[in-house]
Amino acid sequence: MSDSIVIKNATIINRTSQLVADVKIENGFVAEVGKNLKGDTLLDASGCIVSSGFVDLHAHLREPGKEEAETIETGSRAGALGGYTALVAMPNTDPPQDSVAVIDFVREQGKRAGLVDVVPSGCITLGRHGESLAPMAELAQAGVTLFTDDGNGVQDAALMRRALEYAKGLGVTLAQHCEVAELTKGAVMNECRCCTDLGLPGWPAIAEELMVFRDIELVRITGASMHFLHLSTKRSVELVRAGKRDGLPITAEVTPHHLSLTEELLSSYNPVFKVNPPLRSTSDIQALKAGLLDGTIDAIATDHAPHPRRDKEMSLDMAPPGMLGLETALGVVLAEGACEIRDIVALMSWNPAKIARIDKAHGCDVAVGNKANLCVFDPELTWSIDINRLASKSVNTPYLGRTLRGRVRHTIFNGLPTVIDGQAQR
Amino acid sequence: MKHLRSIDELGLDGLNKLLQLTDHMAEINQRPVPKVPALRGRTVASLFFEDSTRTRLSFETAAKRLSADTMTFNVSTSSVNKGESLRDTVATITDMGVDAFVVRHKSVGIPWQISAWTTASIINAGDGAHQHPTQALVDCYTIREATHAQNFAGMKVTIVGDIKHSRVARSNIQAFSMLGAKVTLVAPPTLLPPDISHWPVDVSHDLDEVLAESDVLYMLRLQSERMAQGHVPTLREYSEQYGLTQKRVMGLRSNAIVMHPGPMNRGVEMQIDPSDVKNSLIHRQVANGVSVRMAVLFELLGSGSNLGGQA
Ligand SMILES: [Zn+2]
Repeated sequence: MSDSIVIKNATIINRTSQLVADVKIENGFVAEVGKNLKGDTLLDASGCIVSSGFVDLHAHLREPGKEEAETIETGSRAGALGGYTALVAMPNTDPPQDSVAVIDFVREQGKRAGLVDVVPSGCITLGRHGESLAPMAELAQAGVTLFTDDGNGVQDAALMRRALEYAKGLGVTLAQHCEVAELTKGAVMNECRCCTDLGLPGWPAIAEELMVFRDIELVRITGASMHFLHLSTKRSVELVRAGKRDGLPITAEVTPHHLSLTEELLSSYNPVFKVNPPLRSTSDIQALKAGLLDGTIDAIATDHAPHPRRDKEMSLDMAPPGMLGLETALGVVLAEGACEIRDIVALMSWNPAKIARIDKAHGCDVAVGNKANLCVFDPELTWSIDINRLASKSVNTPYLGRTLRGRVRHTIFNGLPTVIDGQAQR
Repeated sequence: MKHLRSIDELGLDGLNKLLQLTDHMAEINQRPVPKVPALRGRTVASLFFEDSTRTRLSFETAAKRLSADTMTFNVSTSSVNKGESLRDTVATITDMGVDAFVVRHKSVGIPWQISAWTTASIINAGDGAHQHPTQALVDCYTIREATHAQNFAGMKVTIVGDIKHSRVARSNIQAFSMLGAKVTLVAPPTLLPPDISHWPVDVSHDLDEVLAESDVLYMLRLQSERMAQGHVPTLREYSEQYGLTQKRVMGLRSNAIVMHPGPMNRGVEMQIDPSDVKNSLIHRQVANGVSVRMAVLFELLGSGSNLGGQA
């Protein structure tokens, strides 16, 4: 018999219920929900929400290949601090996640760290070169359910069609980074007035929207299921909304930074604000928020993209795109006030668990017999980032100096606390 | 004034102040020994990540005439190519005791990034397609010298060519407008930025339409790579549509001024020899470059010293 943990006085948010109670965890599962429960370890949660742990569909953990920026262990710890119990690891590693060996390695490193479930995604094309399909059946047998070339969109429409057809046979989902590369050569930021003034090549909205449109139509003729990564423009949201209205098997995510930051930040010349797709305008943010509210957008995903300090000290055009996200996602989303707490739990836990097909262990209601992958957060607590205390190995957060609202207090992974009172336990 | 990075940051007062100071410098440059001790003991480092012998020599000559010491870092041969970061390079040079960096870089924003890493003053000698403020000062001074106008109210300035990729255009549009000129941009839509509705300019795609109304015709350089990038079908076609031909020179007003920031692309934007243009100020632009840069260096580094005395 292992020790029991009791989360005291939390507001439990489940799909069809909400109540204040204690949650007792034993042997990795929720053992009891009720009043005045006793246990070996008591975790106070008054004023806090307890929900299923968060699931990130989009984390760049950088291992193997760029351990200077992040490792699976440091990324997992950052995730745990952000309330996550599962991270989908993006495949743009070196070597890329296009072979069973690399998939197994990533999963094993995740288990070794033991802080979250690390769920490796697989490449759609070999080497993410967009030329020939990766061994998707082998990867699917190794447990991969989500395939993407993230960082690159699959440019070749015929190849993408084949990939969707093949994926349908395997019962897996493809996730697209929508960017028509010919339209974004050298692009640094959104194509807007600000990029006109700065003399920087723009990343036009149409470069994303054309591929969203193309892939929706490819889904229509193939019937395969498809997930749209990090949508950033108003018209992309409209296209996905229309596709869903037609009953197509498509899902979509947005990032916290595309909900909270705008293009003008690039006039600070600080590459920390360079991200792909780029920060857009206020009207795009409004459209993304509307998409969250009406169900067009299924998930909030971080696109956590650590980069070593010296890479972000390069010029705007040379610096790699990407920003940290795991430790700040909840605080950013709550500070934006875009939706209710219940919606946030759906967008950060229930829906992404389903999209990643890990909903037997994640994104489950806080109920007796369910796996104890839980997040306890204070939705009102305001805080700001201490750059010296980030768990991530990199510091490229765009939120320095900003007030965030809502902070993770405890995270329970597989029945064990990875975070207690905001402190990582390992 | 701590830095000179963009015309916007400089503002109208700063612009006028530097133009006035340039008059003093021009006077010094007329002397038999054009040198004063104003910046003795000061060190100016030129940090050129992009080759531009003209601009670099103009700055270094200016520094020497004010008795400043100069250091040149030709970055193509320095350690930046050996993996040392820009930040490390700047820190190292700062430690050598530098009062100002003159920076030219192909990337937008580098002068601002560098100012966070050093206590020295930063002079932007061109960052990507963004800003080239000393060129704008040179151009404003040159127009003022030619027209004896203190401000440009009512003046019609036409800028022709590759606005999209031009730092000279971005700085000059700001400077000319600040001084009251009415600026018209002439270019094919492919050589204009995607959205300029907030710029204080008129736009035309027909040079011949605006030629006769221009007080100043400012020709920009067209780089041949614009053809490969599909911005223009051929250089010949561009030249036909937007180049300065003998015929177009004939269509100019008799007192209209022709300018070009150099270096010129003969046969592309300039189909004629500039010396064939009666009111070409192209040579004055080069000559005034040194005086303007002396004014900038003195303004940034010369606090407490005066311009009197012999070096
Ligand atoms: Zn991506």
